[in-house]
Parts: sequence; C-alpha cells; structure tokens
Amino acid sequence: MIIQAICFYLFSAVAVASGVMVIAARNPVHSVLFLILAFFNAAGLFVLLGAEFLAMILVVVYVGAVAVLFLFVVMMLDIDFVELRQGFQQYLPVGALIGCILFAELVLVFGYWVLVPGIPAVAVAPALPEISNTHAIGALLYTRYVYAFQAAGVVLLIAMIGAIVLTLRAREGVRRQHAATQIYRPRAASVEIVKVEIGKGI
Amino acid sequence: MFEIGLAHYLTVAAVLFTLGIFGIFLNRKNVIIILMSIELILLAVNINFVAFSAFLHDLVGQIFAMFVLTVAAAEAAIGLAILVVYFRNRGTIEVEAVNLMKG
Repeated sequence: MIIQAICFYLFSAVAVASGVMVIAARNPVHSVLFLILAFFNAAGLFVLLGAEFLAMILVVVYVGAVAVLFLFVVMMLDIDFVELRQGFQQYLPVGALIGCILFAELVLVFGYWVLVPGIPAVAVAPALPEISNTHAIGALLYTRYVYAFQAAGVVLLIAMIGAIVLTLRAREGVRRQHAATQIYRPRAASVEIVKVEIGKGI
Repeated sequence: MFEIGLAHYLTVAAVLFTLGIFGIFLNRKNVIIILMSIELILLAVNINFVAFSAFLHDLVGQIFAMFVLTVAAAEAAIGLAILVVYFRNRGTIEVEAVNLMKG
C-alpha cells in the first residue's frame, strides 16, 4: 500500500510538473518532450488504476504517434519562436485568474461530491477479477460497443484523408512522368525516318 | 495519506485540466502550444474516466477513454495539417493573425 502511494505521488508529481513545463518552456521542442514525459507518467497512473491496456495504448498512440507528429511539425516549420513568446506577461494575469477560478470550481465539485448508494450494483460492465484487463476490454469493445468502435475507425480514416488532402500540393516546376500521355503518343509524333545521303550526314 | 482514493486521482486530473486551460491563455500566439494544451486537457479527461472506471468497477469508462484517445489523435493530425497549410500560405503561425475568415 505504501509503495502504491509512493508511486502515485511520484507519477502525479512528475505529470503535473511536466504539464507546467509544457506551457512554460521557451523552446517548443522542449514542450513536446515534456508532453511525452507527462503522457508516460499518466500511463503509470493508469497502470496503478489497473487499466494496463489503456496505459500501453496511451504510450503507443501518444508517444509513438502524436508526439512524434508534433516534433516533426515543430522542427519542419521555420518559425521565430521568440516573437511568438511576446505577450506572455500580458496574458499571465487573466490566464492565472481564469485558471484559479476553474480549479476552485473543480475542487468544490470534487469536494462535495458523493456517490449515490447502490451505483456499483448497476455497473454496465463489471470488471471481473479472473480475466485480464485487455481480455475484458476486448470482450466489451467488440460486442456492446462495436458500432462505436467502427465509428472511431471512420473518424480516424476521415482524419487521415483530411490531413493528406490538406497538405498535398502540386508544386510548380517539377517534372513528372505522365504514363497516359506517353502511352497515347502516336508514332508520328516521336519517330521520323530521314533519308541520309552517303558521306554527308544530317 | 497513504490510502490513495478516487479524490487523489480526480485532483491530479483537475490540476492537469487547469494547466491545459492556463496554457491556452498563456500562449495566445503559438498554435502548437495551444494544440499541446488541448492534448493535456484530453489527458485529464482520460484520467477522470479511468479513475471512475477503476473505483466503480465498471469497464465502460475505459472504453470511452479509448474513444477519447481516438478523437484526440484525429484532432492532432487535422490540427497540425491545418497549421502546416497555414504556415505555407502566410509564413507565420500567429493565431492573432488568423482573421481572414471573418465575414
């Protein structure tokens, strides 16, 4: 129990600290790296909660895909980040005010929140201790939530097509091979038979 | 102190959520940081989902956390694509300069 508590405090402290660094770091590359750290620690929290599958998915999807995408974009674009930092001090008070209000509201909600007695008895899909987390999620995802699962796949497909269509561009001055025009070119347009006199050349 | 309950996890999620909102206000000009703040907010929501799922012994919360993850990945991909196109056209990523679509 003590070890679990120590792990919880470690993971949550590092997650919150790296969350602070994400929004406060001067270099956006450092922000992305701190985002990765925050996601790793959130995955640790998920493992503590017994959601191993989701923890691994978090690491694979966020660290493996989303954060690398962010890194690519940050490094590819030639942006003057110092200029973008201007106004940081100006927005600090109003941001801090709104953040404090929001946090106070959340604390009030969580502080005076009670569970209706009997709620655990009506769990839609109770977690059974004898089967593993991954097994249980799979059994639930492919039966009761199969349509939502398919819809999630469609969302990802549309996002992929959208991202490709948005970033694809036909650049000027690039020589490309056009197979159709090559194939349909008549013989007369490409070959010419010339009578050459002996000893003269063309 | 050593008994980690639901409230502990909810507090961490609340702190991360607030940090995300704060980051949006703090980095008004840098779209990349704003997108990262949105990712932080979605992470906080996911922590809430999983914490409730674990403490109520109901797996549906984890299923929905997975869907939130899907939407977050799609949102990041589309957002960064729009960002790249915008940078190509304008040469900057300042959010305050995005007023071309004003009617």
